[in-house]
Amino acid sequence: MARMKLPGMIGGLGITLKTMLKPAVTVQYPHEKEEPVTRARGVIALKEENCTVCMLCARSCPDWCIYIEGHKEKRPPRREGGRDRTVSVLDRFDIDYALCMYCGICVEVCPFDALFWTPEFEYSEHSIARLLHDKVKLGEWMQTVPEPEPLEIGAEQGKKK
Amino acid sequence: MMLALEIGWGTTLAIKTLVVLMIIPLGALILGYVFLLKMMSHMQSRLGPMDPGGFHGWFQLVGDGMKFIQKEDLMPDGADRRVFAGAPAVVLISTFLVFLVIPMGPDLVVKDLDVGVFYALAVSSLSVIGVLMAGWASANKYALLGALRAAGQLIAYELPLLLAVTGVVIQAGTMNLNGIVIAQQNQAIFGIDWIGNPYIFTQFIGFALFLVAAQAELTQTPFDMPVAESELVAGYMVEYTGFRFLFFFMGEFGTAFAFSAIAATLFLGGYAVPWVHGDAANWIGPIVLFGKLMFVAFLMFWARFTYPRLREDQLQAFAWKILIPIGLANLLLTGLFKVWVS
Repeated sequence: MARMKLPGMIGGLGITLKTMLKPAVTVQYPHEKEEPVTRARGVIALKEENCTVCMLCARSCPDWCIYIEGHKEKRPPRREGGRDRTVSVLDRFDIDYALCMYCGICVEVCPFDALFWTPEFEYSEHSIARLLHDKVKLGEWMQTVPEPEPLEIGAEQGKKK
Repeated sequence: MMLALEIGWGTTLAIKTLVVLMIIPLGALILGYVFLLKMMSHMQSRLGPMDPGGFHGWFQLVGDGMKFIQKEDLMPDGADRRVFAGAPAVVLISTFLVFLVIPMGPDLVVKDLDVGVFYALAVSSLSVIGVLMAGWASANKYALLGALRAAGQLIAYELPLLLAVTGVVIQAGTMNLNGIVIAQQNQAIFGIDWIGNPYIFTQFIGFALFLVAAQAELTQTPFDMPVAESELVAGYMVEYTGFRFLFFFMGEFGTAFAFSAIAATLFLGGYAVPWVHGDAANWIGPIVLFGKLMFVAFLMFWARFTYPRLREDQLQAFAWKILIPIGLANLLLTGLFKVWVS
């Protein structure tokens, strides 16, 4: 019995020795930055001009961490003689990252592609109140949204930035 | 010829006491840092502590020790208070006493006992009393189970350890550790005498046996059922916190240091290097012994970080059915060779 196990035991010693001599995979995070994958769920960015204040994201949020306020405005008609248009204007769009659980349902549910995941993750704060990101800050995150990875050949067209 | 220096016996005693008192925390720190923190991390493809102290986290264990000292001294309600408090000290003292006979140079030995090996093994097995005290006094069934396992294991593996050492003693013809080192320096392997005869060549079975048994004596991983955390939480240490736990921790690594030193002395020629005699050996002896000791410790910890834990019955069967017969056979062969050669 022991005779059968011996080669495996020696092989095990070889594996640990080999691993020891190879460089470690650890990234020394605060000293050196790690590049997150493009689809990492870091923070949610808002593209304000796409938002129609439909409230779908706020309603679907399981944590109720999205706060939206808006109002309607009259705009001149597109064509001569037409009726005035009403457009929704976003007054407030806050996401409370102290509550958010990064489920991504808001991003999924948005029918107008106004919300995006970005891999940015360094936004911790010393005060919990500062984790409430308003629409200006959420808009700034848009710059960190990476280009979507190329789709596979024959795949359905996905979201565009 | 105390390093050709003229110092009184009082100063000598003070120096010796200081060295022996320093050697356990220091040895535990070195082994803990080099092997437990760094080597194990790299064997698992990670870095281990990198920040404390600035250079590769060398300060980590000192920081841990300071944390342990600051902690509250907790004792369970049902504990046998005096025994509970005394157990870590017993474990640590048994390790301290081993260092008394380990020669670091021809004259650098605290007490050059004629029964050195016998004394070292006898004293090192005292730690089982401390373990049993800890388990019994903790008023905790896990602690008691762990302690009983430890006792059964230490007794079972004492035998292969002794048999491994007996081969060396037969070959050297003395139990004095200094005498064993000198014998290794002066003997020849079948007429080849230019590096002496480190007994790892003629007693390689004994060396392997010693390493395996020492692994079990130290309750290191393939044989760490006394502290099997998935079954017994932490075995006999379960109720210990703060500096008492620190004592056990230091005892564990200090004993590893002691056993590595004994193995280096018995099988690798101890402080001796070829062609160095007299005063020069006194000066480089400690460094040479430390180098050899670290090599032995590397082998021990290498196995520790590679193998999973055995089952309790496998542990006992391994000692009684495999190691002890091999040890007896080795003893017989050594005796026959000794008679045949002389």
